Amino acid sequence: MALLETRGLTASYGDFQALFGVDIMVGAGETIAIIGANGAGKTTLMRSISGVLTNAPASILYRDEPIGALPAPDILARGIAMVPEGRKLFPSLSVEENLLIGSYGRKVDGPWTLDSIFALFPILKERRNNPATALSGGQQQMVAIGRGLMSNPAVLLCDEISLGLAPVVVRDIYAAFPRIRETGASIVIVEQDIAQALKVADRVYCMMEGRVTLSGRAADLSRDDIHKAYFGTDHHELA
Amino acid sequence: MNWLDTILQGVLLGGLYALFAAGLSLVFGIMRLVNLAHGDLIVLAAFLILVLVTTLGLNPFIAAAIAMPLMFAIGWGLQYFLLNRTLGKDILPPLLVTFGLSIVIQNGLLEGFSADSRRVFAGSLESASVNLGPVTAGIMPLMTLFSAVAVIVCLNQLIYRTSVGRAFRATSDDPVTAGLMGIRPQRIFAMATGLAMVVVTIAALYLGTRANFDPTSGPARLIYAFEAVIIGGLGSLWGTLAGGIILGVAQTVGAAINPEWQILAGHLAFLAVLLFKPRGLFPRAVD
Amino acid sequence: MTMAIPSFTVETRTRASALSAVAVVALLLLAFAAPFIVSRGVIQDLFFILTMLVLAQNWNLLAGYAGLISVGQQVFVGFGAYTMFGCVILFGIDPVAAILIAGLFSVALAIPTAFFTFRLYGPYFAIGTWVVAEVVRLLLAQWKALGGGTGTSLPRDATRDMMGVGMMRDLFGMKASEAGDALTYWLALILVVATIGFIYGLLRSKQGLGLAAVRDNEQAARAVGVDARRMKTLVYLATAFMTGIAGALIYVQKARISPDAAFSVTDWTAYVIFIVVIGGIGTIEGPILGVIIFFLLQNLLADYGSWYLLMLGLLGIAIMLFAPRGLWGLFSDRTGIQLFPVRRVLKGGPLNLTHRGGPHG
Repeated sequence: MALLETRGLTASYGDFQALFGVDIMVGAGETIAIIGANGAGKTTLMRSISGVLTNAPASILYRDEPIGALPAPDILARGIAMVPEGRKLFPSLSVEENLLIGSYGRKVDGPWTLDSIFALFPILKERRNNPATALSGGQQQMVAIGRGLMSNPAVLLCDEISLGLAPVVVRDIYAAFPRIRETGASIVIVEQDIAQALKVADRVYCMMEGRVTLSGRAADLSRDDIHKAYFGTDHHELA
Repeated sequence: MNWLDTILQGVLLGGLYALFAAGLSLVFGIMRLVNLAHGDLIVLAAFLILVLVTTLGLNPFIAAAIAMPLMFAIGWGLQYFLLNRTLGKDILPPLLVTFGLSIVIQNGLLEGFSADSRRVFAGSLESASVNLGPVTAGIMPLMTLFSAVAVIVCLNQLIYRTSVGRAFRATSDDPVTAGLMGIRPQRIFAMATGLAMVVVTIAALYLGTRANFDPTSGPARLIYAFEAVIIGGLGSLWGTLAGGIILGVAQTVGAAINPEWQILAGHLAFLAVLLFKPRGLFPRAVD
Repeated sequence: MTMAIPSFTVETRTRASALSAVAVVALLLLAFAAPFIVSRGVIQDLFFILTMLVLAQNWNLLAGYAGLISVGQQVFVGFGAYTMFGCVILFGIDPVAAILIAGLFSVALAIPTAFFTFRLYGPYFAIGTWVVAEVVRLLLAQWKALGGGTGTSLPRDATRDMMGVGMMRDLFGMKASEAGDALTYWLALILVVATIGFIYGLLRSKQGLGLAAVRDNEQAARAVGVDARRMKTLVYLATAFMTGIAGALIYVQKARISPDAAFSVTDWTAYVIFIVVIGGIGTIEGPILGVIIFFLLQNLLADYGSWYLLMLGLLGIAIMLFAPRGLWGLFSDRTGIQLFPVRRVLKGGPLNLTHRGGPHG
């Protein structure tokens, strides 16, 4: 049974349609990667699931409950937390306060507490009282992930966490993922870094221009399949 | 002219202006909204206290304590059902709607209470005073200043040390991401305005017992509150206190030279600060 | 494959506007003839409507086009009026000439006002303009020669011997006071035509396009080379001029002034804002509709004192929330009619869209 799934999900920004009937499925404890070029609709998909965008109620189901039309606070309360694209830390809050606010809307007992997050990302403990935006990009990403974990979510959505970061920093961040997996949470990562995505995910969806063009187990997909699904086969003609 | 006494009276007056301004400053800090009806809401609270005192025979302080949750509810409702609809990129709707609200409140009070000047009587406290060496300070003005300081201390504690305060600051930074944390911005804004109304009630208590007021007294209070905020600098509650005190002192010094110049002196001090330090004396927030 | 270069033209004229231009001319001719057709009472009502329209058009230009929301325009009404009184009482200048001088002095006042208030933004700018108005009011209330706090009146012979009145008495056989009302009415009519003509001309010009850009997105406008600050300042000075003249004219007709009346926030700002909001902000037609509605409401509810203002306030709030472009905006959106069209329309060029490339386009 799928923990989270979308059925024929559509989304538009005014006149511009960004998603054309997207079907994805996330099982309990799975790590899913969503890859695709810029503008493929990956972030729109994340924003739809997390409640920032409003969609048709039954187009997003969580534990069989239609949540498509619910606002973000309700989605968080049910156990889906988002690490937003661009980190979006709160500049007026310190590192510790940014972490604490992650559990404002959902306080449940679970493996993730301030202490366990400091254990996951020790550098944050050193900098706990600094303003969050004074940290380096990689450290800010750690804060953003920690903030998402503080609500002990069943599903953690990670939108482009490698964006703008040096490869060695990205590696360090993804090194924390096995610990997150251990606690039983499902993770959905949106990535432009295909190699990293394939390394960490169980299953992969590829999107292009608002549609899913490929899906399958990470191990089963060939580079060629992915290339075609990522870039499309028709775009090589010149006018 | 006793300079020391003039300045002391100015400082104490500044406490009252800081109380007027604190609510305005809080709401602006959290949602970038300036409520042009702020002064009229102070007057509304004063009338509320007056009604409680005259119909229930209560002591003004008790009346104010009862009025506070009532005003909180009024502020919460006002924000949630009316003012939240005006928030957005366009600055016109909140300005015009709160301006309309100001007119509605003033004229509603005029219809309800007539244009007569009113006063809330605090009994013997009104004339009680304490000797501070070469000067004498009235008990009520002293309490006003202490209340202003206490309010600011409490607000700062709330904002910087509590979970709700974190939510206030986060919502002020980024309402959309705050939603992802489970914060409901609409409710946070309503709570902020409700809280501002509680401060407004305290200000109304000291306004009503200190001086005469009538339904049209609102706009002048708004202007003093605004001047205190601008002089002190946006984003800092202690700055607002400083601004209030500077305004109060400017007014009392002006009045000591010529009673007709009191208010004008305050305006001129405001313009002077605007000229030399447009961001105020102790600015903190980045707009 | 060659492509024919399409020819585009930019037009602002619409069919409705061409028709209305004819109607407007006819209306104006009728309006000028009014003092010979209708009673003095009606002329005084029309005077009120016309002067409020001038104030409303100016506030609309400031707020709806330059994005400067002022609740302190009463400073120019009052200052213009006091300048006129000063010219007449202290220097014996003819009131009609004094009106023009009032306009110039208002511009002079606007310069330091802009200097101070432009340091503030948004709602703080608004309150700042109010403070400036209060300062000027308090200062003028100290001027004993013009009546101090209680005010003063225009000497009777000043208005009786105004420029043009003598001529009217000889030509049309009017009594002095009748001629005075007719003269101020005609001046108001000329002022309305000049104001609307100026605003319409401005909005159709290149500067007007820049202004609209600044209102919509100041940073983007700056990025394409519009000098936002200069535009706003010029608009502020221009509206100060016209508002000052209107204020002086209003008080020539009233012939009695006091600081509280001349600088009244209710009369010169609250009413004006409601007229613009209810009629429709950001259009020239809006204030015209607004002032008519306002006049009708005021006549209907004149006896109800503060209920009238209370209802006006509620109406303003309701319109701002549910019909932010005002009643004219509602009408114009439904029907697409524009009487004073300022929107640029692209005409000409190929009608069919080019074929979009790609498998999904």
